Amino acid sequence: MNASTSETQVPFTTIIGLEVHVQLQTLTKLFCGCSTAFGAPPNTQVCPVCLGLPGSLPVMNQRAFRLALKAALALDCNIASFTKWDRKNYFYPDLPKGYQISQFDLPFSTDGTLEVIDPKGTIGPCRVGIVRVHLEEDAGKSMHDETAGSGDTRIDLNRAGTPLCEIVTQPDLRSPQEARLWLNELKLLLVYLGVSDCNMQEGSLRVDANVNLHIPQPDGRIAKTPIVEIKNMNSFRSVERALVYETTRQWGVWQETHAEMGKTPKQTRGWDDPAGVTRAQRHKEESSDYRYFPEPDLVPVTVSSAQQAAVRSEMGEPPVRVRKGLETRWKISAYDADVLVNQGRQLVDYFEELATLIGDGKIASNWLQQDVLRTLNERGGTIEDFPVRPAALAELIARVNAGDFDTSRAREIFSEMLASGRSAADAVLSMGIAVIGDDELVALCRDILAANPKIVADVKGGKEQAAAGLIGHAKKKNPNINPGKVRTICIDLIRAMQ
Amino acid sequence: MTLSQQEVAKVAALARLALFDHELATMTSELSNIVGFVSLLEELDTTNVDPLAHPLDAENVFRDDVPSPSLSTAEALQSAPRHDGQYFLVPAVLGESGAA
Repeated sequence: MNASTSETQVPFTTIIGLEVHVQLQTLTKLFCGCSTAFGAPPNTQVCPVCLGLPGSLPVMNQRAFRLALKAALALDCNIASFTKWDRKNYFYPDLPKGYQISQFDLPFSTDGTLEVIDPKGTIGPCRVGIVRVHLEEDAGKSMHDETAGSGDTRIDLNRAGTPLCEIVTQPDLRSPQEARLWLNELKLLLVYLGVSDCNMQEGSLRVDANVNLHIPQPDGRIAKTPIVEIKNMNSFRSVERALVYETTRQWGVWQETHAEMGKTPKQTRGWDDPAGVTRAQRHKEESSDYRYFPEPDLVPVTVSSAQQAAVRSEMGEPPVRVRKGLETRWKISAYDADVLVNQGRQLVDYFEELATLIGDGKIASNWLQQDVLRTLNERGGTIEDFPVRPAALAELIARVNAGDFDTSRAREIFSEMLASGRSAADAVLSMGIAVIGDDELVALCRDILAANPKIVADVKGGKEQAAAGLIGHAKKKNPNINPGKVRTICIDLIRAMQ
Repeated sequence: MTLSQQEVAKVAALARLALFDHELATMTSELSNIVGFVSLLEELDTTNVDPLAHPLDAENVFRDDVPSPSLSTAEALQSAPRHDGQYFLVPAVLGESGAA
């Protein structure tokens, strides 16, 4: 058995598989021309097709199919040369046709993988098999008004018919932490490729998790607890928390009942985020009997190897390659590359522009992480709208490198550039910072040394750290001095006295 | 080909049809006849016949991802048994959606 996450020694192995639905980045729905824009007033993006009115016929959105194909290729799936759609029949008020158009026995892709490596190294690399990726339509939204006590459920069908890519993994994940790490990589991949915006708040990415425990028995047999499907998790953090909770819960139940898989039906539990618990959901009678049959209203789709190649060629770089590229081109650590890549393609572009201008990846990475990202976190907004563009920041960094001012002074200038939108040079001027010439600085240092014989004696006696006391005096004389330079000059001058 | 009453009862439940016992008996015999009629096809030797995914000899029918006008909310709701001008209204449903 796999015990890859042996940080906490537990007498079982956690087995996790995920089912992820992502909304594809299209303008229109999967089978009709209604908009997929989020947040429109209820029932304003509906037509006879997505309302399931009699006589209407679906026609497949080409872009949706290409995006799904892109996702499947990026996940290293085998692409079926022939694929068809099926009706999945069930009754629910937010499903106007009484069936969902999905894919059953001939999905367009199967057998992929996505590997993720933890940049912090705390979780071993996890390679997760993909069972299938298929293309299907979303249902509408039901709103249960519990507060008003009215007996009605309100239905908004704007979302009905939105294109979804369903990604089903093998049960290859071994801990809640791995599941979160892997989901993050999947999301990053789909966002980088422009397949989906993966916005969980808007429901563009939804995750269900299947989890159970494998418990080695004294006789060598592996006991397996009943599989539980967890739904209703609204963030990757919730996924991790729900899985942690569920693992502990199953272990507790096992110790009490020794109930094994197969003896009880698969259970669905909903995650209650505020309470931090999973709760059993009402068992849907015969829910597994969807009576799939081929969708007669859609003709099959074939995919040639030339079409696959075309989609591949427009694919763009997946995050794993972007990280590697940053590491090798700019000699930054895997950890730093990961931090940058996690912020999205636009931040990576900003970084590369800055690094090219200043010719140093490490310094560029430090500025981005310590100053730019911190500012973005505080103020919100995106890197595209960030007021200090790479050229302006490069100019500032060049002045720091030239010794015109130290880093803390540079930060003040950076704040001024942010606030005013000025260039580094203009910000320096407007702040009244005069750059002191080298001769002037040496003269200033001589004055301080003359005025502070005690410190000079200490430094002479070998206590170089005493020179720090000189910097305060220098700042009093001229606030624009570069402390590092003052220190070096003073020590050189003292040495020269000996 | 005979269907059992349990099979017919299950199909009825899936289709949200409530049948009286005498209806169940009638349905079972009538459905058995229909399925029996179709099962004549099983007599054909299909060893060398590829499975048929669609009766039409057509493939790859797509449309471009270009928005077209939707209905107005009033039009969309006009045939609903109940609505509030914005939403379709249905009796409270508390179970989990089986969606996706």
